[in-house]
Amino acid sequence: MDSSDKPGPPTRRQFVAASVLGGAALAVGCKPGAQGNWDFFNEEQARTLTVLCDQIIPADDFPSASQAGVLTYIDRQLVRFYQPHRDAYRDGLQAALEQSRKRFGQDPAALSPSQQLDWVTGLESSDREFFEMVRQHTFEGYYGSPRHGGNQDAVSWKMLGLSEPPNLGRSQYDLTKGGRS
Amino acid sequence: MKRVNAIVVGAGAAGGIVAKQLATAGLSVVLMERGKWFSSADCRKDDLRNQRTTVLGNAFGPEQQGNPRVWVDPRGESHIALPNEGSYQNNAACVGGGTLSYGAQAWRYMPQDFRMRSTYGAPPGSSLEDWPISYDELEPFYEQAEYEIGVSGDYSGTPFHGPRKRELPMPPLPANREFGILEPAARRLGLHPYHIPMARNSMPYNGRGPCMRCRWCVGFACEVDAKNGSQNTVIPIALNTGNCELRTECFVKEILTDDRGRARGVSYFDASGRLQEQPADFVVVSACAIESARLLLNSKSRLFPNGLGNRYDQVGRHLQGHHYTGAVGFFDFETYDDVGPGASIAISDYNHGTPGLCGGGMLANEFIRLPIHMVDRLPEHTPRWGLGHKQAMRRWHKQSIVIMGPTQQIPTAAGRVTVDPSVKDKWGLPVARFEGNCHPHTYDIGAMQAKRAEAWLKEAGAFSTSLMAYKSEMVSAGQHQAGTCRMGNDPHGSVVNKHCQIHDVDNLFVIDGSVHVTNGGFNPVLTIMAVAYYASNSLLSNWKGTGLRS
Repeated sequence: MDSSDKPGPPTRRQFVAASVLGGAALAVGCKPGAQGNWDFFNEEQARTLTVLCDQIIPADDFPSASQAGVLTYIDRQLVRFYQPHRDAYRDGLQAALEQSRKRFGQDPAALSPSQQLDWVTGLESSDREFFEMVRQHTFEGYYGSPRHGGNQDAVSWKMLGLSEPPNLGRSQYDLTKGGRS
Repeated sequence: MKRVNAIVVGAGAAGGIVAKQLATAGLSVVLMERGKWFSSADCRKDDLRNQRTTVLGNAFGPEQQGNPRVWVDPRGESHIALPNEGSYQNNAACVGGGTLSYGAQAWRYMPQDFRMRSTYGAPPGSSLEDWPISYDELEPFYEQAEYEIGVSGDYSGTPFHGPRKRELPMPPLPANREFGILEPAARRLGLHPYHIPMARNSMPYNGRGPCMRCRWCVGFACEVDAKNGSQNTVIPIALNTGNCELRTECFVKEILTDDRGRARGVSYFDASGRLQEQPADFVVVSACAIESARLLLNSKSRLFPNGLGNRYDQVGRHLQGHHYTGAVGFFDFETYDDVGPGASIAISDYNHGTPGLCGGGMLANEFIRLPIHMVDRLPEHTPRWGLGHKQAMRRWHKQSIVIMGPTQQIPTAAGRVTVDPSVKDKWGLPVARFEGNCHPHTYDIGAMQAKRAEAWLKEAGAFSTSLMAYKSEMVSAGQHQAGTCRMGNDPHGSVVNKHCQIHDVDNLFVIDGSVHVTNGGFNPVLTIMAVAYYASNSLLSNWKGTGLRS
């Protein structure tokens, strides 16, 4: 069910709108990595990845990827289950950073929201493998279980309208009836 | 080590039942399991690490390190498959096997499923064959499995099932919202929808309570122990007899034979990694289709240079699972209520009888969905990332229905398990290697099933749909793996006889999905269980107190 269609023009406008919102959120409320307590990343890598992840899941009335803890998720797994991906992150983030400097003369975090979108769109085609890995891990962190450091306060589950905390220990239906509805 | 009557290798769906049947009949049994014994406390509700969504590894084995397999693509290139990858074709490695964490659909195959060749003829290039036993012979044992393991459901809505002597022991769970939407739509199409039979308590049964209908169902150990597997039914009974010893974290290396070519026991690595030998009067291999074949192939000796049961190069062939296809429908109203197990309604109208197709399969609504499952299941043309993707997640997570089903695969002799000539596991033993594919006709059937799923969704009000049909590069075996030690009357074309006894080693049995000649258009576990009861029954009728009648 993997639709790999390129986004069409209306979508592109949504992206720009999104990155404006995301950028604003970044400016005011986002503090991933502020503590500097990464298990794997250095500060520069974390800054680059923050911009990338926040284009994949920008903020709207619900948090962006980094605001929900996606970097924490990826960082933790890179010293756990995702150890085999360490080189891919190191090299991919370095190449992505260089691409930003080459194209825009600046680091990704300093770019305007529309430049950030351009940069990520460029990465999607120039470094497909790296982009797909980050996309997948970003979704895992954002939509997966809070226990791994992403999806803080189960914010994505609330966004999807799932009861949180979940209904447990009781049926939402009349158990005395059984059988046909 | 003290000699016992029987060693059963693998404490899964079949092995648990065999151990219980033998132990309650008074035989001394050692039940070997490579994995651990988990409990309902190991549910953990981890959306990223369970037995179905394995991005952070398998919750119930095998472990990521030291257990590789190899798969060969259609161009002949070999690839390493790690335990959490789809190409690994994993089931599980723990007490209960797949039944600890499965979705627990507990289907009987239909009478035609046991005589596929007679019904349809074998498509050229396929190895489609009849079973040497019929539905009617297995019927009492299906019933035994339904009652001893515990199955809820209701077959009254459909004529498309084999004759039954008794109703299921438990009524179905109350319908969820998808059931309410899909049932009238199916009826309008002239179909016969009904409740999926499930090895799941809908009421207190066997000393455990009913399903509490949470999201962490398929892929997880049930937190309230309402799913019925071998680990919470037959295995405790076997242990309570005092005749059965369960040895966990013990990996069987080899089946040992004597100089007359009879099995004399097994050698295995115990929990601390020491190589041990356990002698026995007979050995039952119940390690699931892939590992059972591998164990036979790795048990080489002077008399059996190509492995046990493999005189005619049959072990590992006819590997099968199911080819899953279906469709997603998107609705402009809320369809999803997040109430477990989710899967609730099915039709078996399309399992047989379509002109031009060799069989078909059941179609059912999909199990509970974890949010991570939705990220690549959105309508076509949805942006793959960015705000558009995020908004699509919000819009569609509760406004979509997936219908899919297990298309019966048409097996081939070339779709097989062998052992790899160079790759070894942590014990230094050659690992399983997958080659070949199922017969291409399988994909024609699957494509038709996807269209049928789509038509059902449209009738239910979906305003857009996308098909889930693809052609796999290898046999899709996975949790439904079967067929590698085919049951048959002819030793040249099968591995075991109709009593699951290896043709040329009369005190060695294979009792699990391996013996399935064909794998039905349904989840296979209840058939694996019924065959285990049936084969245990035959075995015990040949048991003469100190040995098997030969």
